[in-house]
Amino acid sequence: MIHFGVSLHGLVLAPAAATSGIIGLSPVDVAIIAIYFVAVLGIGFYLKNYAKSGEDFFVAGREMTAWVAGLAFISANLGSLELMGWAGNAYQYGILAAHWYWVGAIPAMLFLAIIMMPFYYICKTHSVPGYLQLRYGHATSGLSAITFAVMTILMSGVNMYAMAVVMQVILGWNFTFSVWVSSITVGIYVALGGLYSAIFNEVVQFFLIWLGALLIPVLGLVENGGWSGMVARIHQNFPTQNFTHMWGPMVHPSQNPMGVQWFAIVFGLGAVLSMGYWTTDFLVVQRVIAAKDIRSAKMAPVIGAFFKMAVPFIVILPGLMGLAAFHHHFPRLYPDDYVAAHPALHLHKYDQVLPLMMARYLGPGLLGLGITALIAGFMSGMAGNISAFATVWTYDIYRPFIKKTATDKHYVNMGRWCTIIGLFISIGAAYVVTHFGSLMDYVQALFSFFIAPLFGTVIIGMLWKRATKAAGFWGLLVGIFTAVGIFLTIRLHPSSVGWFCFYAGAKPLAQQMWQALWAFLAVVTVSVLVTAVTKPRPEAELRDLVMGLTDIPSEGDLPLVKRPVFWAGVCFGVFLILQWIFR
Amino acid sequence: MSEERRMIPVWFFAGLLIFIYGILIFASGLAEWSHPPNTVLANLHAPVWWGAIMIVMGGLFIQLFRPKKVKK
Repeated sequence: MIHFGVSLHGLVLAPAAATSGIIGLSPVDVAIIAIYFVAVLGIGFYLKNYAKSGEDFFVAGREMTAWVAGLAFISANLGSLELMGWAGNAYQYGILAAHWYWVGAIPAMLFLAIIMMPFYYICKTHSVPGYLQLRYGHATSGLSAITFAVMTILMSGVNMYAMAVVMQVILGWNFTFSVWVSSITVGIYVALGGLYSAIFNEVVQFFLIWLGALLIPVLGLVENGGWSGMVARIHQNFPTQNFTHMWGPMVHPSQNPMGVQWFAIVFGLGAVLSMGYWTTDFLVVQRVIAAKDIRSAKMAPVIGAFFKMAVPFIVILPGLMGLAAFHHHFPRLYPDDYVAAHPALHLHKYDQVLPLMMARYLGPGLLGLGITALIAGFMSGMAGNISAFATVWTYDIYRPFIKKTATDKHYVNMGRWCTIIGLFISIGAAYVVTHFGSLMDYVQALFSFFIAPLFGTVIIGMLWKRATKAAGFWGLLVGIFTAVGIFLTIRLHPSSVGWFCFYAGAKPLAQQMWQALWAFLAVVTVSVLVTAVTKPRPEAELRDLVMGLTDIPSEGDLPLVKRPVFWAGVCFGVFLILQWIFR
Repeated sequence: MSEERRMIPVWFFAGLLIFIYGILIFASGLAEWSHPPNTVLANLHAPVWWGAIMIVMGGLFIQLFRPKKVKK
């Protein structure tokens, strides 16, 4: 699934009536894709017998090892639109796009592992809204659960639509065929095996994504004469722009193509937006909650962080190679609106850089694997959406508000049914977007409205025992309205960008960071003020939920190499080295 | 003495799929050896060595994580 920061806008504007794709498939490619569908369905049928209870269906029996949970955690995030969107962003903005994989992910993932995971795990919640219910009560939990459920299912539909358009443009596949075959497959295996099935398939998908995408940068580096050769070609092709440094052009927003300054990257992206996504988006957190013990739950995000640091190799590098290959039998790519305005020219868009690179380097067999990687990415993201929706609907909406007392079997059946129903709503949303394309931007924007406020509410609840129920609810609500207000103000009055971003030329990605930062500050301010005038909960009710009132097991008796905090330190060290190398 | 089958590790499923794909890609690379596709660096015969790597990787996963009967 695609999350914060990636624009799908270009995909909406893809030629809807494409009759032939960029890439042609051979019989072996088709066989590889067909085998993949058989395999994921086979795994679903096999795991059906293991998903009997609610604990099995919704949290995979809480028996996943750190490696399985860690790979599923990262795979749920590696949607194919994420892969293509960020490769396109790398073509547009250069290596600045890697900020979303490093400063925009690694500190947050490590923070989840070491600071937040113990609270999620020890309180035995099934979900993030479930934690809010324990910490703040039904009002805050309900607000969070309903917004999450609605947005997740709409996002799933939007992604489904965008993916079908991609398949239409790249492969010439029929839109309806792509939507129904892929979504029904995901629906069947998730409804059969629940989170077990989703996680197992995500691990398989993880390998396919890497094996399918890894050859492109490898061959690209060979062609370009290594990293230095590629950088030299980029400088030769674009002598006036800085596409190959991450921090150097950040002193002033006018120095980089994104129009962003280091402050917004560090605090807006690193400290708020990414923290919100990686620590409170239930889609990814659910994978870690399924870990078999607290050490595994802490190790899983650390393992995920190591792989996340490597993702730019298969995503950002192909985008940069597109810049290097310009003038070398590679088409020039253009902004989405420009392509849409000149349909007769048959131009290619930024987002198409990854499939174009596939066509450049991969022959029969490998091409099938590469396309399978894209399909796997799409399905892992969609399975993440559907399984998270099923859990939040069943445990955080249906059980507390609709049917409080029912058997475990009843709730499992509800989970299975709402997997299917959620799927059909997603398909419906995908078709609605085909008629009202502009809705897509708004749905994506809606999702981003909740990330930063939710993080503010959760982190205050975890770290400050004085925070009250009312503070949780009003902080979250005001934070959401702040994000919505900034978004609408900029949409209606584009000249207002400078007020919020301190730079009139800030691009949408930069705007999103500032929007998150302001929303987070609103949550903190309102939460503190409301707490000051409302009565705190007794400490006894906050045991195992808040820092200072939770007994977190010591790791002192473990050897150093088995301690999550040690590996988190190693990971952070590698992260800092990467910042220095690509500064 | 009864026996029960435990859940097959996910690594086995991953290994099996990687192994099958490796064979297909390797065979496809051999088939196109004398008339490589019209792609950049086709002379490196990437499908052959990438397919071989996948066969070894998949085979290793299958060997290490193949289902075993557990005695109770």
